[in-house]
Amino acid sequence: MRGFYSRKIHSLLGVIPLGAFFLEHMLTNFAAVEGGASGFTDSVLFLNSLPLVFFLELFGIWLPLLYHGVYGLYIAYQSKPNLNRFNLERNWRYTLQRITGVVTFIFIVWHVFETRFQVTLGNVEHEELGGLMHNIVTQPLLLSFYVIGIVAASFHFANGLWSFLISWGITVGPRSQRVSSVICLGLFVVVTFMFLLSLVTFRDSEFQNTVALAQSLKNLI
Amino acid sequence: MAETAAAPKNVKFIITRQDEPQSSSYTEEFDLPYRPGMNVISALMEIQRNPVNAKGDNTVPVCWDSNCLEEVCGACSMVINGKPRQACAALIDNLEQPVRIEPMKTFPVVRDLVIDRTRMFNALKRVKAWIPIDGTYDLGPGPRMPEKKRQWAYELSKCMTCGVCLEACPNVNEKTNFIGPAALSQVRLFNAHPTGEMNADDRLDAVMEDGGIDGCGNSQNCVAACPKGIPLTTSIAEINKQSTKHMFKRWLGV
Repeated sequence: MRGFYSRKIHSLLGVIPLGAFFLEHMLTNFAAVEGGASGFTDSVLFLNSLPLVFFLELFGIWLPLLYHGVYGLYIAYQSKPNLNRFNLERNWRYTLQRITGVVTFIFIVWHVFETRFQVTLGNVEHEELGGLMHNIVTQPLLLSFYVIGIVAASFHFANGLWSFLISWGITVGPRSQRVSSVICLGLFVVVTFMFLLSLVTFRDSEFQNTVALAQSLKNLI
Repeated sequence: MAETAAAPKNVKFIITRQDEPQSSSYTEEFDLPYRPGMNVISALMEIQRNPVNAKGDNTVPVCWDSNCLEEVCGACSMVINGKPRQACAALIDNLEQPVRIEPMKTFPVVRDLVIDRTRMFNALKRVKAWIPIDGTYDLGPGPRMPEKKRQWAYELSKCMTCGVCLEACPNVNEKTNFIGPAALSQVRLFNAHPTGEMNADDRLDAVMEDGGIDGCGNSQNCVAACPKGIPLTTSIAEINKQSTKHMFKRWLGV
């Protein structure tokens, strides 16, 4: 019984609120593409002006992320991939779901430490996040790390949505599962593209205005 | 006439053997004369008749399990060229050579290719894969099953507990206690039966215990591997649906 509920909660939290937050994060980042540095800063400030923002973050992001991440590592540990015997599309997605889960976990820990946690520490103000990102993505090594993290997270999100629909008994027959896999993989492409577009936009020199501060931060890290 | 005088064609077999349940495994090679229409079972019978390995040494005949020889009993499941399947239905003409034969190591190996599938029968008991009709008096005829439903339910009833789906599943291993796809599909079968439906909740309670429906990771290898073509992933998704509904009903007390 414990296993049933813990797995169900894991599955639910992956979509609500984590999947929802993931899309929200994508839109906030995309404000950088649409509105440039000032658009991005406005978006960040708007989010942080939400009422009870601490509790929204705590129950909408931190706790679900912790549960989903730690329990997910356990699920990944429990699997015994057999692609050598079953070189099939869905078996690939099963295996990639676990690999991208672990990659995303590592990426998120690093990403949160670099950005949100620095805000908590008082090293960075919300207005300076654009400059901070600019500083990160202009370094080739960190840029590639971010690209890998984005692709992994987007795949994990989209394919996780596909298996969520099965685990909750929404897509039952093979036809509905085929249709939902097309939709979810389409979502993977769109989400990846939008995140990468924002990431590339952060390389723009207009985000550089707070670089001096971010530079001092980098030395600190 | 030159063809008939040519040396008879041989088929090479590489068989993974194990002398005892606890001992380690090793491989042994055999060269057997080709015969038209031969399959893995007839090859194993040939080894039994003349237990000589490829080096020409006398050896102990290879042990295996088989019964019906027409792919309906499920006893002769083994891993042939990397794929778990029925040895009786594995025609040598359709196999790449050398033919590699291993036991399905997801299950305890008893000896050579003989495995112990007890866990599957225990799983069927656990999920109550039967219809209780015994009582102290005649209950009379049960409700009728619609023909349309009977047709798809019949497909599920073809399951022969062969264990191929468990061997194919990446979530059935020593680190989990997942009961595997076969038993979950039987829950769908018996929950679909008009009389079996009366005990549907008991079966759903059982699959919501540890090692039940939550063990599925949607790799969907089972449906690809099933020798009987049973729509196992549809069954699993249907049981996901039934158990999710059951969970909410239990919470709300309806």
